[in-house]
Formats: sequence, structure tokens, C-alpha cells
Amino acid sequence: MAKRIVVDPIPRIEGHLRIEAKLNGNNEIADAYSSGTMWRGLEIILQGRDPRDAWAYTQRICGVCTTVHALASVRCVEDAIGAHIPPNANIIRNLMNATQQTQDHLIHFYHLHALDWVDVVSALSADPNEASRIAQSISSYPKSSPGYFKDLLKTLKTFVESGQLGIFSNAYWGHKGYLLPPEVNLIAVAHYLEALDFQKEIIKIHAVFGGKNPHPNYLVGGMASAINPESDRAISIERLAMVKKIIDDTNDFIDQVYIPDLIAIAGFYKGWLHGGGLGNYLSYGDFPETDINDVDSYLWSRGAILNKDLGTVYDDVDPRDPAQITEEVSHSWYTYKDGDEKGLHPWDGETNPKYVGPELPYKHLDTDHKYSWLKTPRWRDNPVEVGPLARVLIAYAKGNDDIVGLVDTVLGKLKAPKAALFSTLGRTAARGIECKQTAGFMRRYYDQLIANIKAGDYDTFSKNRWEPKRWPKDCRGFGFTEAPRGALGHWIHIKDEKIADYQIVVPSTWNASPRDGKGRSGAYEAALKGTPMVDPEQPLEVLRTIHSFDPCLACASHIVDMEGNEITQVKVV
Amino acid sequence: MSAKGESYAEILEARGISRGDFLKYCSLLSVYLGLSASMVPRVVKAMETKSRIPVIWLHGLECTCCSESFIRSSHPIAADIVLNMISLDYNDTLSAAAGHQLEAVRKQIMKDYKGKYILAVEGNAPVKDNGVYCMVNGESFLSVLKETAADAMAVIAWGSCASFGCVQNAKPNPTGATPVHKIIRNKPVVNVPGCPPIAEVMTGVIAHYITFGSLPELDRLKRPRTFYGTRIHDKCERRSYFDAGMFVERFDDEGARNGWCLYKMGCKGPTTYNACSSIKWNEGTSFPIGSGHPCFGCAAPGFWDNGPFYTRLADIGFVGTDSTADKIGAVAVGGAAAGMAAHAIGTAVKKARDSKPEPTEVEEG
Repeated sequence: MAKRIVVDPIPRIEGHLRIEAKLNGNNEIADAYSSGTMWRGLEIILQGRDPRDAWAYTQRICGVCTTVHALASVRCVEDAIGAHIPPNANIIRNLMNATQQTQDHLIHFYHLHALDWVDVVSALSADPNEASRIAQSISSYPKSSPGYFKDLLKTLKTFVESGQLGIFSNAYWGHKGYLLPPEVNLIAVAHYLEALDFQKEIIKIHAVFGGKNPHPNYLVGGMASAINPESDRAISIERLAMVKKIIDDTNDFIDQVYIPDLIAIAGFYKGWLHGGGLGNYLSYGDFPETDINDVDSYLWSRGAILNKDLGTVYDDVDPRDPAQITEEVSHSWYTYKDGDEKGLHPWDGETNPKYVGPELPYKHLDTDHKYSWLKTPRWRDNPVEVGPLARVLIAYAKGNDDIVGLVDTVLGKLKAPKAALFSTLGRTAARGIECKQTAGFMRRYYDQLIANIKAGDYDTFSKNRWEPKRWPKDCRGFGFTEAPRGALGHWIHIKDEKIADYQIVVPSTWNASPRDGKGRSGAYEAALKGTPMVDPEQPLEVLRTIHSFDPCLACASHIVDMEGNEITQVKVV
Repeated sequence: MSAKGESYAEILEARGISRGDFLKYCSLLSVYLGLSASMVPRVVKAMETKSRIPVIWLHGLECTCCSESFIRSSHPIAADIVLNMISLDYNDTLSAAAGHQLEAVRKQIMKDYKGKYILAVEGNAPVKDNGVYCMVNGESFLSVLKETAADAMAVIAWGSCASFGCVQNAKPNPTGATPVHKIIRNKPVVNVPGCPPIAEVMTGVIAHYITFGSLPELDRLKRPRTFYGTRIHDKCERRSYFDAGMFVERFDDEGARNGWCLYKMGCKGPTTYNACSSIKWNEGTSFPIGSGHPCFGCAAPGFWDNGPFYTRLADIGFVGTDSTADKIGAVAVGGAAAGMAAHAIGTAVKKARDSKPEPTEVEEG
């Protein structure tokens, strides 16, 4: 009989995710099921509220990628009411977005993902002199002396000998799937701690322009942080100098720590190329140079790739097209009026939650039927993967100079073929490549902002459409961003100055969704299939592949009702 | 406590941190905790001798902004807290273990440290429909929360979700999201509201517990007085503009560029109790008002239903008051003092507070 394993809770993600997997006789994953086990119901909460407030509500969907829903929301409302923002507001949003991507990717690599590759206990037997030698051979990062590693080793030993292992308790230490030598493990643990300290520096840029992080402030029509070089109560020369220093330090950290570590660690795992999955990729694109409607100006391209065919990029992705983006609920705990297998565009969507899973507490979900709080989105009826790998592959296929250069450099250093990109490791490498790119974007936007200020342009807000009486009586809008985890779309319907309906399709819904009516898996499930497990009792390989997507489940389970269907009663069967 | 537990001072010493630096750290911590100078030796002693308290940190319906804020702490930094001050044995965001191994850690701590561990809760529990809107390892989060709280010595409710309900608890609260103190009634609970709370407020609450072995002094809403005893308005750097009647009239106008008061843009600083204007955010970098955006009161109970956010307080129709355009509803003082003129809000609220020992904000559940 096939063995069935359950991984729940899955830590080092956002929200609540459960994986069930069936193994064949060789302990390979024969089939996998991804279940989102939380739902908060923001769709109903948003109805009837002021559209200018929507960014704050939707921002609370996720406190990890803590700016992306706010950005998608203000773009969505502006699209609906016909507001255009000044160039400085676009630049500040781009800078905050690049800051978020960079910081989020860094945290993901070290704090949410690294322990799937790095054995902390093995680091205890490292030779600090050798660790120092290796560190200095791969990077010019100054904290790399034998004394630095000796001190760290002493700290780690003290910590472990205390008997209180804290966040490192009862993990898969010693698992045969860990392949790094003790010295590389020690370097990685050192940088886990350094990155934990440094991430809080990068994000200070959000505090400068948005007042705080997590959850910086946005504004429909622009940004609230006024520019005045002379004032200490506005974006001043002094504040900008601080931003500049953070950007420089960030680029140094990515270049001297993240990228060398990524390449060093990947070098030991390049034989482990599982987890490729669907081979279909989608990106809405982002980082508009001027106007959000000028898709060709985006630094991140919009497009789609099917069946791993890098020779063809579908350029005509249009999230407003009812034939392109749809969601169905054949395996989700919701019902649709005209059948759960019928895909509905977000502007025609429905949200009628109906839990029909097993009675609590349960051992296994009923994976033949409905088994998740996530819906199942499709692009032109295709299951697709979104996120850093999708964006990097689309840019690579389109011949983007920066990305082609970075990808070829990384593949060259690893002596790995292009096909290696279609894997868990490829996904993790793509995130690092992208992080280096977005750290560079931070410089670009800083320079743009300074140039505008020097030219005397201080405008950050357009007042023309602020007052609701200037809005159309009935209007619809679409807003989006490429979040760290992938394509994020918001759809709004405004009626009589209030939100009539609001719908969100988020990256982790694309990736973590249950299968569709035709039995086709989403990205997580597809990526797990075929993976050999060293020890099914310690499903390290499952964590590795799932974490490579950077799951965000609080996001994924916020499907918003467009038709205003009140949930009058939720029936628990 | 573990007999093998190293004290914070020993660990710092092992890391080559001098006695002088250690004392400086304790002084800084004392300042954050609002302690007088005479209390510094007590902080020093606690840090020198206490072993690390086990902490189980659960996530319910939430967005993880509290965990993210926690790791933004500068004094002390997150790595120091996690390695040296507490034993963070269970945390969805940082724990290395997964699945049944992670659940085993939770059960082990509950058994080995019965009555001696802290339960920290981020998010809240949906109570509708048997709790199916938040499930962990096949159980409802509600039952996991109750089970873990049973033998905790104290419960920390991180953020507005755990404290008051926050966004999923906004009307009509589709999942029955319920704050922690309404579910756990037989344990000391400290509410640390904010969306999220300020990093140093979070670490300050933990440091207080390590120092004194008890929760800090709480107000009626179970918030630490040290951090939530004054309104943002009271220490706002733009307060003088409020008093002078110099207001931002629209975003990016001359007033905005010169940092005038945001009251007319909807600022809830006058009714919100939090340390944003004193401790500030991200190592003192800024706070919402400091970056030109009105406070929307994210540490106040039920703030999501107190909108629209960009409408000034005087224009908001609060339940139970007959506010009009130039009257201010009794936000901070409950039903006790309806109908104050807007320009008098500062002093009037203060007077009302002085006459009552506790601010009586409307409690949402």
C-alpha cells in the first residue's frame, strides 16, 4: 500500500499550509496535495468602504511582502477612477518596491529557506581557520577572519550546550540529504545571523517614505511623503543621504554575502535537480518607467512561457481579458452557482465558502474531492508557476541583457546546463539573481529622484481625483504588481463612491492551488511529484521544494467576491 | 528552568562583549522599559543570572507582520533575543523543524516546563463553524490555542489581531475572529496592540518579563502602561502646529511640505495610545505622521471600523454620539464627554483622562 506522509504545520512560510504526499515503493513522491488551511474573509469586509482606504485593508493580507498589496490596491483604485500620479510618486513606489523585493528575497534565502540546505549542528564541528579560508576565497566580505568564526563557534556551542535549542529544536539535523561540509555550514550560519541583523537596515527606506515597516503607508493619487530639501519634516537632503547609504550597503551585502553564499551552497547541490514541476510560467511585469499603462516601459517584462519553451514568450498577457485569467473551485471549499468546475474571471467571480472537509480533528484530507481554502486560477486554461523563476525565465527568453548576463554567469560558475534552471535549485538561484537586479534598481530610482528634485520637481501627489465627487458613478479597475512571490492582481468595482466588490488573485494561489476539474495539479503539487525521499519520516525534500516557492498562505486565501454575494450562512458538513 | 541554561551576561561574555558594554545595554533597556535609574541594577542582575525562558509562539489568523516587526528590533537585536534572552522553541516563521517534529517540540515544552513557559500569540482564532477557517495539523487553531495556554505562565497577545481582533474581525467578521483574551480567561494576558506593534515595544515586553518575572503594569485594556500610556498626539513632533492651528489642507500642499499638523487629513493621533511618536519605527527612523501620512489608529480597538481614514475625527459618525462637522465624538473617552469642539480636543481629552484612571476606549471583540 502506498505510504502517505503529512507535513503540517509547515514553518518558515507565511500562513498555514499543509502538504500530503503519497509515496511509491521506492519512497518517491507519486502524488502530492497542497492545502491552504486558513481563510479570513476580507472580501466581505471591504464592501461598502471608501476605495481610498482599500490599500490599508489589503495590505494586512500579508505582513511579510508588506508593501505589495498596498501598491496593487492604489494602482487598482487609480485605474478605476482615472487618477494619474506624478513622476516622483512613481519613482518612490518603484524604489519602495525594489527595496521590498531585495529585503524579502534576502530574508527568504537565509531565514526561510537556508535550513533546508544547511545543517546547523554540523557547523559545530567546523574548523574556524578553514571556514575563514573558504569565506575569504569566495568573497571580500570583511567579517571573515579566523577569530570571527572562532567567536561564532563558541556562541553556537554555548547555545547548544545549554540544552535549549530554541528555533533549531528537533529539526532534521544529520539527515543524509544535507551535503555541505561543516565549514560551509558554519559560514551559512554566520550569515544567517548577519542577514537577520542587516535586513532591518534595508527596510528603513520604507520608514523614510512610508513612515514605518512592516506596513508602510501608501496613498491613492501619489505618495504622502512630501519632498522639501530644506525641511526636516519632509523628504530632505539629509533623509536622502540616509537612503543613499542604505542602498550602497545593501548592494554590498548582496554582492559580498548573498550571491557568493548562493553559488557556494548550490555548488554542493547541483546534483539535486528535482522540483521543476509545471514548466509553465506567467508574469504581469512591473517597474514602470513612467506610466503604469506603458507596458513596454516595464523593467520586468509581462509575458508567459509554456512547456519550458524558451523560444516562445507569449506577449499578449491581459489580466482584464475574461478569457485569460479564471478561477475555479472544483477542489476548493467554495461553491459556484453554475458549477464548481467553471472558471470565472475575477470581474465575474463568486465567493461562497462551504467547508466539506473531514470533521476536526482529522488525520488526512479527502484529497479526491475538496481539500483547500485556495481556489484554482488558470491562465488561458493552463496551470502556471509565478515568481522569481517565472520572471527570470521570461526576461532570459526575451534577451534582457542584465538577466542573460547574470543567469549565464551563475550557470557558468556552477558548470550547470540551462536545463538546471527548471528545478528547485533553479528557483532558488533565480531569486538570488533577481535580488541582485533589484538592489541595482534601488540605485536607479534613487538617481531618478535626485535628478527630479534638482530640476525643481517636488510633486508627489495629484489632487485631481482625490475627491470622490470627481469619480465616475460606476467604474471598474485593475491593479497589479509582481510581488516577491509572483504575479499579484487586484480587481475593483466602485459604485457611488464605495467599494461594491473587490477581488484579489495572489501569487501563492497560482502556485499552491489544489488541482482543477480536469485533475491537473498546480505548481507545488507538480513540483513535488517524482522527488525521491531519503527518509520519509524526515521530509526534508518536501520542505526544500515547497520553500523554494516562498509560500504566502495568508495572501493565497483572500479571494474576493465581485458580485457582492453576502455569505449569509456557511454550512459545515 | 533548565539547570544548564546560560545567563545573558555569560553568553555576552562568551561572545567577547565587555562588562562595560553589558551595563550600557542594560541601561538602554531600562530606558525603553521606562524604569528609573535606580532600577538599572535590577535589570543587570536579571540579565546576569536568569536562564532563558521557553517561548511558544503560535500563529492564528494573521499576516505575520508581528513576527516581521519583531525581527526589526534594534535594541536588542533579534538574533540576541533568539539566541540569548529567550528560548524560542516554537515559531512558525523561524522554526527549523516541521510537521510532527515541530508539534512534538510544542508538546515537549508544555510538559517539561509546565507552568513555566510563555505563550505568545500572533493573530487570533476564528470561532465560527468549529474553527475550520484556521486549521493546524488537522486541528482547529482554537483548540491548539486553548491546549497550549492551559499550562502557560503568561500569555502575550502580539499585535492588534491577538489583542483586539484587527482586520479579519472588522465588520461583519465573517469567520468569527476572536481576540485571545476573550478565549483565554484564566491566565495573565498582556495585549501589545498595533498593526504591527513597534519592534522595541515587543522586545521591551519580553525584557521586562525576563527582568522581573512578571508582566509589566497593565491598563484596563491589558496594555503595558509604559508603552501605551500616552497618545501619539501628546508627543507628536507636529504638535506645535496643531496648537497653532496650522494644518495640512491637502496632501503635498505647502503645509505638507513644511510638516504641519495632519489632523484635518484624518489623523487619529489624538485618540490613539501608542509609542509611535516617542520610540518611533525602524530604529527611530520615522513614524507615519513623520512621513506625511495621518495616523489611522492601528493600535486602537476596532480601528478598521472607525474610518474612512482620511476623514477628520470631527466628521466621523461614531456609534452612540451625534457628532456633526464641527463636533468631535467621544472617541477616547467613551460616552463620557461627547460634543467637544474640535480645536479643544487635546486638552479636553486630557481632562477627561485625568478625571478617570483608565482610558475607556470602545472594546471590540
